[in-house]
Parts: sequence; structure tokens; C-alpha cells
Amino acid sequence: MLIRRPDDVRSSEITPYRVYMNRRHFIGRSAKAAAAAALVPGLLSACDEPQRMEARPAPEPGIGSARMSSIPQEKDWKSVRSELDESLTPYEDVTGYNNFYEFGTGKEDPARNAHTLVTRPWTVEVTGEVARPAIYDLDDFLAPHTAEDRVYRLRCVEAWSMVIPWTGIPLADVIRRLEPTSKARFVEFTTLKDPEQMPGQRRRVLDWPYVEGLRLDEALNPLTLLATGVYGADLPNQNGAPLRLVVPWKYGFKSIKSIVKIRFTEEMPATSWAVSAPREYGFYANVNPEVDHPRWSQARERRLGEFRRRPTLAFNGYGEQVADLYAGLDLRRWF
Amino acid sequence: MSVSDARRRRIAVKSAMWVACLAPALSLGVAALTGGLGANPIEEITHRTGWWALLLLTVTLAITPLRRLAGKPGWVRYRRLLGLFAFFYATLHFLTYLVLDQFFGWSYIVEDIAKRPFITVGFAAWLILLFLAVTSTTGWIRRLRKNWQRLHRLVYVAGLAAGVHFLWKVKADTREPVVFLVLIAALLLLRLWAPWKRREGQAV
Repeated sequence: MLIRRPDDVRSSEITPYRVYMNRRHFIGRSAKAAAAAALVPGLLSACDEPQRMEARPAPEPGIGSARMSSIPQEKDWKSVRSELDESLTPYEDVTGYNNFYEFGTGKEDPARNAHTLVTRPWTVEVTGEVARPAIYDLDDFLAPHTAEDRVYRLRCVEAWSMVIPWTGIPLADVIRRLEPTSKARFVEFTTLKDPEQMPGQRRRVLDWPYVEGLRLDEALNPLTLLATGVYGADLPNQNGAPLRLVVPWKYGFKSIKSIVKIRFTEEMPATSWAVSAPREYGFYANVNPEVDHPRWSQARERRLGEFRRRPTLAFNGYGEQVADLYAGLDLRRWF
Repeated sequence: MSVSDARRRRIAVKSAMWVACLAPALSLGVAALTGGLGANPIEEITHRTGWWALLLLTVTLAITPLRRLAGKPGWVRYRRLLGLFAFFYATLHFLTYLVLDQFFGWSYIVEDIAKRPFITVGFAAWLILLFLAVTSTTGWIRRLRKNWQRLHRLVYVAGLAAGVHFLWKVKADTREPVVFLVLIAALLLLRLWAPWKRREGQAV
């Protein structure tokens, strides 16, 4: 099941989250495994074994420390699996390995630098082809909805992936409440633009602000999530606090972070990566092992924490829920 | 300075260079075993070994202009050491890709080399460095004489290819690869222009 309800986990099974957090042992294992496998080729097939959990002291909250702005909920996260029975990516990696160029282009830059982001007060502007354009305070915007827990795979276009327990509200519920007009065919999202808070925006690595978008039917799909939390707690800044999109069947760059504007439009939005490199990144960006990136293959991916690459799944494994959206569409042309 | 003093000095400098050149690899090894490489260790190892290969290659290319401009012809002795270490890191980088990243998936590797331009150009750079490493011995220098000089100019091709490999790999942040390429191109131009050439036909 995609959606885990809190009562799925028996209280007798609850262990502190910090027991779950160490995952560095993969390296020791994989070094030995590689050596062993060089001698006995079949040995590495067992690499999907769950990671050894070791107790680790709980992180101390620190003022201005982006990684400690929210602490994962105490829960038996080890028993939480995806619908394909995959283990979760450790919290440390989910919050420490990020592409969020607004805070630097290195994977560890966002965790280091995102503490300058101020997430309250936060407003979301709703505009365009919609019944009542307005600017909402974020908490008012979220208030009518009930948050749900979703475990989704996230597949980056760079060919690495994670399994992440999000908390959020279905975008479909939000859209229905906002009442787009009949002219609305797309939803466009925009990230905050403020070089003071987001030092990475002082360089034009991309055309700021970051913009992404979905076709309206993609936005209304039950999988599409407006996420406010991860690991049972508020999103850390580096994960796109306080509000981000999660579109699990598309490459990760579609899951736009730190949203300040939602605009309903008639024309297809000009999304940031497609503007930056139109031959490499398209609007749809559906995960597709058969359509390579011009510079690298998309057939396989590195699931963080695993040693060998694994085959990439069409639509990141969500084909059953979304393939119908693209019936008749040439997915090679519309990558 | 007496001959033995000079010799002792050379040994000291070479030893220091060995330590300096091995340090990144050792530090990488330690980080790998203690989990200090972050969430995607294979990518980190690939990146660092490649980066050090490129840096050492650039330093190697700088030896000749530097020694001419500083008037220290003896520095050529250190050029081979640095060049071979560049090859060492390039080989570690290549092996990381073959073993850790692709895990001997030969069909994937061959396809990568054939179909991904940045890998084609990277592989070409490594092949050139392999050739240069093999022919770096005094035996080969004697055997090839003038042709050795000419053949080893390929190091500039390797340098440019390695820089382009890096440039073509990055998604959007081209700062570092551009810096490397500018340096290597500048060193190449300096070599071609050769302001220290006093007489026609003087070897550089």
C-alpha cells in the first residue's frame, strides 16, 4: 500500500529512530563484498539485504542548523516499506544529499547553507485561470486539508534514487478547492526568489526563480502530493521547506521545492531545466529507462545505500497509476 | 652546493612529492572505510579521483614553463613523477567506474564508451596517459630520442580531453571544468609561444 496509516505499526515494534540512522556501514560491506565478488561472482546478488542498524546518539538541535530544524518522528521506521517492499533511504541521506541549486550546486551544500531560509511567515500566491486569485498565508492554505503519509521512490535524472516517507496533502484536493476555470490546462509552480535567503541564486546557474509545471490531469492524479513533511516531521529547509511538490513518476527535478506561487494556465509552462537545456530536459520528464539522457543512460540507477545499480522502472514503477495519462503520446519525442 | 648535497636535496623533494601525491588517495581510502563520503560514495570517489588526476596533469604541464621562466632546468626531474601520479589517479578513476560503478558490466561499459561523448573523450584521455606512462622510462627516452619529445606532446591532448570530459559531464555548474580548461589551454599557448626560446631550433 502506498499510504501507511499510523495504526499499521504496533506500538510494541517501535524502536527509536536513531537506531535506524547509521548507514555508513554500506561502504565497509561493499568494499569487502567487491573483493569477495571478484572471486565469487554470484556473491553480490544479496545486496538488497536491509542495512545493519546501529545505535547512534540523537542529533542535537542547533540554532541556525538546517539539518536540525526538524527531527524525525520517533517511530519504527525500519518496518516502513514501499509498496514494492523497498527499505527507506536513511534520514541522514534524505536530508543530506540534495539537489537544490538555490543553496549551492554540491549535494551537501543545501544541508550546509539552507539555514538562511525563513519558512514562516510564508505565503502562497494562487493566480491565473482560477476562480478566486489570492495570496494565502501557508497555514491558512493548508488548514482545510488532512495530511497523509506517503512512501514514494524519488528518481533523479542523474540516475540515483531514494525511497522517502513524505507527509503531505494530495494536490488534487487543493486544486478542487481552488476551482480552476475551464481554460486551465496546466498548473505552474514557482519557487521563492530571494538571493538574500538563497545564496545560490546570486549566480545564474539557472534562470531564477525555479519554475516547474504539470498538465492538469497529472496534477489531479492521486499520486501527486504537496508535501509539508518528511519522516514524520516538518520538511528541513534543504528538502524544500515549507511546501514542495512530489511527483514520483517523474524525474526529481519536477518535484519543485519551496513553492510560493501556483498559477493555472492555458499554455504549457516554460520549466527551468527545459529552458536551460532543451535537448536534455523536457516538460514531461517521465521516468523512462528506454529514453536515454543525451549524455548518459537512464536504463539503470543507483539506489542510495546499494552497491550495484538496479534497473530503472518505467514511470518509476508507478505505471499502473499513471500510464493511462500518456496513451498515444510518443514518449521519446515528449521526453 | 656539492653534488651529494644536490642529490640529497632532490631525494628530499621527491619524497615530499610522493607523500603529497599519495595523500589524496590515502585520505579518500580512509574516508571510504569510515563512511565519510556522504550518501553516494561511489560518485564521490569517482569525482575526487578524476579531480586529482586533472589537477596533477595541469601541474605536470606547468613544469616546463615554470622551469624555463624560473631558470631551474633541474625541475624536469619532477615532471615525470607528477605525470605518473596523474596517470595513477586517472587509472583509479577509470577503475572506480569499471568496478564500483558499473561492476564489470562490459556491455554497459562498451555502450557508454561508444555512445556517451564525455566518456569517449575521457577514455581517450586515459589511453593517451597509459601510452605516455609506458613510454616514460629512460629506456624509451633513449630509444626514441627526438621522437620521444614529439610523442610526449600528446600530454596536451590528454589534458584537453580530460578537461572536456569534465566539462561535458557536469549538469549546469561549469565553473571548475572551465577553470581547468583555461589553465591547460594557457599552458599550451605558453608552450607554443615559448618566450624563453633564445635561438632557432633550441629544444624546449
